[in-house]
Amino acid sequence: MRTELCGIELEHPIINASGTFDAIAARRAFGDAVLERFPFSAYVSKTITPAPRTGNPPPRLWEEPAGMVNSIGLPNKGLDGFMDGDLPALAELPVPLIVSVMATSAEEFAPLVESVAGRAEVAALELNVSCPNVHSGLIVGEEPGETAALMTALRPLTAKPLIVKLTPNVAEPAAVAIAAEQGGADAVSLINTIKAAPALADGTPWLGAGSGGLSGPAVRSIALKQVADVAAAIEIPVIGMGGVERGVHAAALLGAGAAAVAVGTASFRDPLAAARIRAELEALAVDSPAPSGTA
Amino acid sequence: MSGAADNGRTAPGADGGRVTAPFGRRRSEVVANEESGGYRIVTALDPAGPPPAAGQFYMLTAERGWGGDGERPFLPRAFSVAAAQPGADGVRLSFLLEDVGPGTHRLAELEPGEGLHLTGPLGRPFSPPRELNPDAAGAILVGGGIGLAPLAIWRRTLAGRGIPERSLLGFRDREHSGGLELFRCSEVRLASEDGHAGHRGYVTDLLAQMLAGDSAATAVVYACGPPAMLEAVRALCEERGVTAELAMESPMACGYGACFGCAVPVRSGGYIRLCVDGPVLLAADIESALVAGAGHR
Repeated sequence: MRTELCGIELEHPIINASGTFDAIAARRAFGDAVLERFPFSAYVSKTITPAPRTGNPPPRLWEEPAGMVNSIGLPNKGLDGFMDGDLPALAELPVPLIVSVMATSAEEFAPLVESVAGRAEVAALELNVSCPNVHSGLIVGEEPGETAALMTALRPLTAKPLIVKLTPNVAEPAAVAIAAEQGGADAVSLINTIKAAPALADGTPWLGAGSGGLSGPAVRSIALKQVADVAAAIEIPVIGMGGVERGVHAAALLGAGAAAVAVGTASFRDPLAAARIRAELEALAVDSPAPSGTA
Repeated sequence: MSGAADNGRTAPGADGGRVTAPFGRRRSEVVANEESGGYRIVTALDPAGPPPAAGQFYMLTAERGWGGDGERPFLPRAFSVAAAQPGADGVRLSFLLEDVGPGTHRLAELEPGEGLHLTGPLGRPFSPPRELNPDAAGAILVGGGIGLAPLAIWRRTLAGRGIPERSLLGFRDREHSGGLELFRCSEVRLASEDGHAGHRGYVTDLLAQMLAGDSAATAVVYACGPPAMLEAVRALCEERGVTAELAMESPMACGYGACFGCAVPVRSGGYIRLCVDGPVLLAADIESALVAGAGHR
């Protein structure tokens, strides 16, 4: 099931969701088997910010009946730490590398995008826009105008594909997707987690940061709706994700118009969940006609 | 591949002694599930994994009845391995658990012949006494409740290497006092809060007595138990200048560094991920063993 995404050749349509598989930590736990049996056809890094971040205070996790709420807070080494410490290790992965980046303004985003895109090891960038613009106070990915303005500023900086990670926490994700496309995005990916705030019986917030985002099977049909809406509204490719645990779930997202599918929370339950999902998807494709959007 | 903390600083400890796991989750078969003083000792035959190092853990998921009915549990549960017996057909892994929440409840009712998915062994194991303190005369093991599990396998490892060890185990009451059979053939002193066995009071009382009699210069302490007990051990060892390693717990979704959920603050700044930089931490590397969220079911 070879797939092409913004000019990047993928061996199959299953990639990882940003922040749900740390390939470097996985090699500490599982050794070089991670390279030999890498389950994703492209690797999306955890989000990199200009300066290092320690992340949110614990507790950071909450289990739900069909999923989990996380409030991690984007811990990362910052741009310099990533370029020196992580990029050489990630370049050893046997698949194209997509680096997720986030900043709080176009001026802050620009050096991040230029530095990361300037490295030959990097095939594409994913823009995490679920962060407030320090100038306007608005969450960039929740506002079509903010998204278009950011894309207009960043588009001239690189010829490499720019993928905009859309938030589900808006009334019309398609409106933001259209803005991203008009601003020059090469693809969009969705859904990110859904805002959630688990609490104890007395109403006390459980998470150290107060609230977080829901993922897992609980969000699957929400993802299907949003992916279908977005895919119908734009011409550029859509990377679909949300609650994918089985091959049929991936097939449904491809059928809804996604060009590739990302696996996230399922990898927490089984580090090789994506390999199983791919195998199940390929078995489905043998049994029935390929859904649109796959080669 | 470095052992760097989330924020880029160097994590405490090294990767020395860590046994790497087969990539992915695999099926084992439950061969025994025994009641033990209010706890359960669940033993499974792992046909494909390497024997673990003491202090490492596994992520466990029952093959059936785990998230399939739209109810919790959804995520796997992390358990330190309490015993590992290699044989011709695989490694028999024993886990000590208490039925306190949806995950442990499902695990506690597993019957022989049922499937148990596991990922592991994972994490950083205990360090030999002489690596922690060149003048170490032996090891003092301090366990509380089901926290005795990793100390049981560590005791056997130490005994196999001819390293002297003394064990101090504390329990809340008779209904929470299992797993002692994992310590057979060992010199053990007991404490219980209800006085049903050994010293009436805390296991840390016994530790304080032992450290008062010992030279701190030759002692090394290994501890695992509830957060309040671990914090008492940490504070006592810091006060006496005794080197200690603590096997800790924190809520975690994955066990292999992917979810970043098991953050524990460290003295060097920021957080480490307990699953890959622990679960065994050098006591001197943390301000407190009272991890936010630990013990939640």
